[in-house]
Amino acid sequence: MATTTVNRGTTPSVATAPAPRGARMRSPYPYWFYLPTAVIYGTLFLLPTFAAFYFSLTRWSIFESKFIGFGNFISFFQEPALVKGLTNTLIYGVVTSGLKVVLGMLLAVLLTSRIVARGYLRSVVFFPVLLSGIGVGIMFQVLMNPDRGLINKSLALIGVDGPAWLTDPQLALLSVALVDVWKGVGLATLIYIAGIVSIPQEYFEAAKVDGAGPSSSFWHIILPLARPATVTVIILSLIGGLRSFDLIWATTRGGPGFSSDVIASVIYKQYQAGFYGLSTAGNVILFLLVTGIVLPLFWFLSRKEVDL
Amino acid sequence: MRIRSITLAALAACALAVSACSAGDLGSSEDKSGGGKVTLSFLVDNSEDTVKAAEQVAKDFTAKNPDITVKVETRPGGGEGDNLVKTRLSTGEMSDVFMYNSGSLFQAIAPTKNLVPLDDQPWVGQLVENFKTTVSAEGKAYGAPWGTFSAGAVMYNRKIYSDLGLQVPKTWAEFMANNAKIKAAGKAPVIQTYQDTWTSQLFVLGDFHNVSAAEPDFAERYTKNQAKYATSAAALKGFQHQQDAYDAGYFNKDFASLKVSDGLKKLANAEGAHYPILSGVLAELAANYPDKTNDIGMFPLPGDDAAKNGMTVWTPAGVYIPTSTEGAKLDAAKKFVTYIASPDGCDSQTAASTPTGPYGVKGCQLPADVSQVAKDIQSYIDKPGASSLALEFVSPIKGPALEQITVEVGSGIRSAKDGAALYDQDVKKQAQQLGLPGW
Repeated sequence: MATTTVNRGTTPSVATAPAPRGARMRSPYPYWFYLPTAVIYGTLFLLPTFAAFYFSLTRWSIFESKFIGFGNFISFFQEPALVKGLTNTLIYGVVTSGLKVVLGMLLAVLLTSRIVARGYLRSVVFFPVLLSGIGVGIMFQVLMNPDRGLINKSLALIGVDGPAWLTDPQLALLSVALVDVWKGVGLATLIYIAGIVSIPQEYFEAAKVDGAGPSSSFWHIILPLARPATVTVIILSLIGGLRSFDLIWATTRGGPGFSSDVIASVIYKQYQAGFYGLSTAGNVILFLLVTGIVLPLFWFLSRKEVDL
Repeated sequence: MRIRSITLAALAACALAVSACSAGDLGSSEDKSGGGKVTLSFLVDNSEDTVKAAEQVAKDFTAKNPDITVKVETRPGGGEGDNLVKTRLSTGEMSDVFMYNSGSLFQAIAPTKNLVPLDDQPWVGQLVENFKTTVSAEGKAYGAPWGTFSAGAVMYNRKIYSDLGLQVPKTWAEFMANNAKIKAAGKAPVIQTYQDTWTSQLFVLGDFHNVSAAEPDFAERYTKNQAKYATSAAALKGFQHQQDAYDAGYFNKDFASLKVSDGLKKLANAEGAHYPILSGVLAELAANYPDKTNDIGMFPLPGDDAAKNGMTVWTPAGVYIPTSTEGAKLDAAKKFVTYIASPDGCDSQTAASTPTGPYGVKGCQLPADVSQVAKDIQSYIDKPGASSLALEFVSPIKGPALEQITVEVGSGIRSAKDGAALYDQDVKKQAQQLGLPGW
């Protein structure tokens, strides 16, 4: 702050002569240097964003659009599938993010301890993250088939009558959430491993001297000191869960009926039906919803971190 | 230095612009392949039967018109295909000739704006009237028929019927009585396949003949926002019947996880007796179980009144020319469409596909060895008053969420009455989107 105030006196000379080094907090590049990026950013990001805000206020059939004010938002909120989609989105986001935190933490503790084939196990846990969501979805659609799927056939071997994972309306959403956890827990584990490894060994040694067992070093050292990792995992997986679409679409298409619909799949179906204005309005709402949940959560979690 | 960078920026911008265009240019590549020769692109959906027929038609057409080559391109079906067709039409990148639904979906691609009217073509007079109205907008015809008329009705296994000594039911009560006997014989009375969600709609869509028999002005009042599924006693019956069949336990146990191919397998192997479906899927059955094709017949979804028993019929799809086709290509495209709408064109299609009903052009003949299903459908179409067009061909409105709603009704998640009311809301959105008066 201080430097800028002091240097402010020299600014008149800047106008005539080339800027001396550090004369102002100015970029060394001339403005036209930004032009290509600005053009790309403007046409590919800014323009579509503002166009989306405009088209969300129209009835748009691709061939023509008619301004209808907030009509789309009203009919989007009257959408019967919306309440279901909204609760499902929240359930899905909370379940996947919660399970990823718990399982990711446990796996990370396991994979930072001295065990055989640690490097191999780490890559095995991480491997599903690299797969495409659609591919995983189609694979689990086959695995979870109630009569012919590998999962229920294996359960039948031990005498358990497996449920209809993806076709039971009570279970479908949770089944997809489990698949999501299987696919995404590797990333959470990786973040936790980084968090745990960065805790100085001295703490563990000191705790050992004071007579702490493994469980109390977990609760009193790893858990509090891995907090930044927890924040990252919660935020990332919650955002991912709230706007998740590919896995749900590949496994259940929001079905049976509307029972595993999330907001993103409701929007997609409206788009497919040719309700372009309505689905754009839905996207604006999804954007506001994700921001509205994640931003305060982020502030809350990172403030706690500073207090620590 | 400065100039060079500006050039670079300009280059980057150009590259962007160029790549933006090239993606959609698929349709118009290989414009001129030589003096007087024209290559047409022909876009069809990617179902096996359609592609085979399209390639046969293209081959036979080029044999007669050596100067014109036709290249068949494919697109996905369903909602994805709808989007693709709309996007390519609105950007002027549509193939020179394309195949797409007739009826309400045809109305949704703004035909007066995007398609070349074909009213002046000689073959228009040869079109079957029922088809012509479904490819017409503001009094002008825009399409030639692709494929045959088909039915939304019950495919049934005739072997099971003869083994158990059953009669083709003419009323819903008789149908349910048959189901009870079939169930007692240890077979699934009604096959349902909800992994392909569209198949769940047949109880409702295929019941439309009964609706219009009971309320002849339903379609008109429905389009004008005066008649509703939930409040019209006749229209509600379709939903109700689906719920009744579910409640009685007449569906195959694994209905929630099967696809059409599984359903056809059950039907062909006599594990299930009835399959409410569009007759077009017969092609798949004929390809996989050729020796069992003639075990399968078709009867309409029965209503309350045996005297008014009749079939709900789907018109053929249409073949259209977009306004983006011009000059020599337009002339060639018109020739190609004329061929499709001629008896020769019908024969080409018959040679490569499985026709399930009459063609949309007068003078086209079905082969003598046509399937039992096609014969059954034909018999209803020939009988006066025993067939009606499906609602989507007599009204521009079809709600997009019907298949999810009927999955819910057919799985016991939602009651028939609730489902019908929910569908009415869905219909309202579609009507508003189309900008119809009165909504």
